[in-house]
Amino acid sequence: MSDTTTSFVRTEMLPEQEPPASQSGAIKWIRDNLFSDVLNSILTLIAIYIIFQIVTGVWPWISNGVWNTSSLAECREVLDGATGGCFSVLTERWNQLLFGFKYPPEEYWRPIVAFILLFAAAAPVMFIMFLPKKLLVFTAIYPFLAFWLIWGGTILTPVFAAVGLVVGYLVYANLVRNSFAAGFFGGIAAAFVTWWISGFITAAIGPDFMALEAVPSRDMGGFMLNMILGVVCVSLSLPIGIVLALGRQSDMPLIKWICVVFIEFIRGVPLITLLFVANVVLAYFFPPGSSIDLILRVIIMITAFSSAYIAEVIRGGLAALPKGQYEAADSLGLDYPQAMRLIILPQALKISIPGIVNVAVGLFKDTTLVSVISMFDLVGMIRGPILASTEWNGVYWELWSFAVVLFFVVCYGISQYSQWLERQLATDHR
Amino acid sequence: MASITDPPSESFKLSQLLSDTRYRSYTFQFIALIALIAAFAYLLSNLFQNLAAAGLDISFGFLSEPAGYDINQRLIEYTSQSTHWRAAVVGVLNTLLVAVVGCFFATIIGVLVGVLRLSNNWIVSRLMSVYVEIFRNVPVLIWILIIMAVFVSVLPQPRDFRGEDASASMFLDMFAFTGRGFYLPRPYFTAEFAAGATGWLIVLALLVGSFFGARALSKWATDTQERTGDRPTTWYLTLAIWFVPLIIAMFVMGLAWEMPELKGFNFKGGIFARNSFIALTFALAIYTAAFIAENVRAGILAVSKGQTEAAASLGLRPNRIMSLVVLPQALRVIIPPLISQYLNLTKNSSLAIAVGYMDVTGTLGGITLNQTGRAIEAVLLLMLFYLTISLTISLLMNVYNNSIKLKER
Repeated sequence: MSDTTTSFVRTEMLPEQEPPASQSGAIKWIRDNLFSDVLNSILTLIAIYIIFQIVTGVWPWISNGVWNTSSLAECREVLDGATGGCFSVLTERWNQLLFGFKYPPEEYWRPIVAFILLFAAAAPVMFIMFLPKKLLVFTAIYPFLAFWLIWGGTILTPVFAAVGLVVGYLVYANLVRNSFAAGFFGGIAAAFVTWWISGFITAAIGPDFMALEAVPSRDMGGFMLNMILGVVCVSLSLPIGIVLALGRQSDMPLIKWICVVFIEFIRGVPLITLLFVANVVLAYFFPPGSSIDLILRVIIMITAFSSAYIAEVIRGGLAALPKGQYEAADSLGLDYPQAMRLIILPQALKISIPGIVNVAVGLFKDTTLVSVISMFDLVGMIRGPILASTEWNGVYWELWSFAVVLFFVVCYGISQYSQWLERQLATDHR
Repeated sequence: MASITDPPSESFKLSQLLSDTRYRSYTFQFIALIALIAAFAYLLSNLFQNLAAAGLDISFGFLSEPAGYDINQRLIEYTSQSTHWRAAVVGVLNTLLVAVVGCFFATIIGVLVGVLRLSNNWIVSRLMSVYVEIFRNVPVLIWILIIMAVFVSVLPQPRDFRGEDASASMFLDMFAFTGRGFYLPRPYFTAEFAAGATGWLIVLALLVGSFFGARALSKWATDTQERTGDRPTTWYLTLAIWFVPLIIAMFVMGLAWEMPELKGFNFKGGIFARNSFIALTFALAIYTAAFIAENVRAGILAVSKGQTEAAASLGLRPNRIMSLVVLPQALRVIIPPLISQYLNLTKNSSLAIAVGYMDVTGTLGGITLNQTGRAIEAVLLLMLFYLTISLTISLLMNVYNNSIKLKER
């Protein structure tokens, strides 16, 4: 036996050990994110308590919900003292909530078709980078189709309106080679001439040619009215907003001041006063004897309102462009319309997308204000005919939750889309 | 010898008006002016024809006629015999009251939520995101109506406070929260010389004095620091400047509280805040707070982490880092959108008409308009009022923006 002692030397590595239980997995996550110090622990407990209260309060209300009774009294009888929502108000008044109480029930398919086609029309614009450009033709046709579907009447009215625009555009396209002004005014004149002639043709053929049952504007209501106002006013206010923004950036003092006064005036007053104008004042400014219906007056005022806000958003986009872009366009010899159309606006609009979407969401929310001037949109229907009826007097929670969910889905959807679009268009490789 | 050719003679052709950049802008502006005048002339001629046809005229004489209707919540003296003008002023004051109280609470809630949304606490930040998204994506009108319905249906009625075994009781025997509104204790002064508004004016004067006193103290502290390098401890002096004069004044003027008491079927005495006011203010505050929270979050995120680290490496303590480095930079980002949220809240307060709170839209644009039929005049005055507020605040904001603008060479 050797007297030299060799110290123990390990020849292979120890196997890796699992990290301590408190430093891995769910426990570490909980410690880091929920209980990192005393204050955080208190906050966490409060938050859990709040969530617990909400869930235990709301869950029986939903799970015990009654969906098929015809009045509140009947619903209370079915519930027999238990907690539960009377969601039967939604099923029983479903059509009223969506279409108002005057739209003829046998024609409900028309707004539904128009609503479904809205997606088909919006898709080519929303996903312009994935879908063929030819589909935009349908987007162009859609406004006239939707008008015919929702309002009814002879198909000649929307067709001739479209024909007038096409003729105007063709004239513009021919004349614009000489000068922009000639094309612009020539196009407008041609469109008006076409409309003037088409008036005689419509009169000759008669109002029943391929006619759907005509529905007057005052019969529109429910969520359909919110959708109509939102879609129409946003699409109209975008071009007007661009013009106002360009006008405000203009070197011509008079044009600039007209735009500044318009924008600042509109932005300085609440939408409700503008709706009062639409309701009681605007009629005085139309030619004597003419009766413009309320929905059109409201569309005019809401469009004016949102175009002022969109103009400010786009002005921000224009201001954010480096001056070099303007100078580059000038040095290429482009004139003002060309420079704007080809160089400036595509970039400025891209920067403005989040702002424009914000304005659009805000505008869609603001369409509920028409209930204040006694139009029966979704909120108007709930406050008026439904809550005031003898069957459903006092069903607040179910109706308002429905309205909240409906608006939340639409508005949240739009804002998620805009964030996605921003990521798609991001070119600065950050 | 260089020969200089004469410049071509300036012959003016009509087509130059459109093709020559020197004249073109004048042509366009001239056309625009003509179009503008024509449009206005057309609209005004329509207006006058329509007015003549309806047998009306434009006159503001109705403002001095008795209004003939009651306003149930008012800050100044008003009876149904007062003029329409007085009714409009009552409405204006009510609007301003909602706006100021609403902005105050919106700021507190908004800042709190904005900070909590950035918290490391996963569950709290998620909860705050849910709050912000839900409130931002649903119309404010719906929130106002929901909260009004909650107040009316959830809180007890005054009659529930009656009897031996009342189903509801007053909080601390001072506050009564009922479905009709909140009853709060009302402070007043018993001393002879300070009765009525005089006492409050004295309090206001004292507060203004304390403000300037505190400023002078802080300036003295800064001067001392620059001279000697040591900043004197001043927090107890500041507290004394704010509170000692106030407390002395309260004693001298004899501060007392008038408690709300149940008399018959209703409460009497104290301050009564009607349910429409509470619901409107609360709804506007939590709706606007969701937007303010986003502004606050953006402002804090806008200050890069390097700033905090640089300040720490200079040896500043955490609270000095916050007050000297982070806040001044974050506020530069936060304040302008914050002010425009205040403006939005003020404009949204016109929705008071939906819950029956008598703000200026409810008096001037509502009952006065309907009673007198003076639609054009009433709406015009209403717009002027809101426009004045908006323009004043934007003016102040521009002054502020210029004062905090980064000073560059």
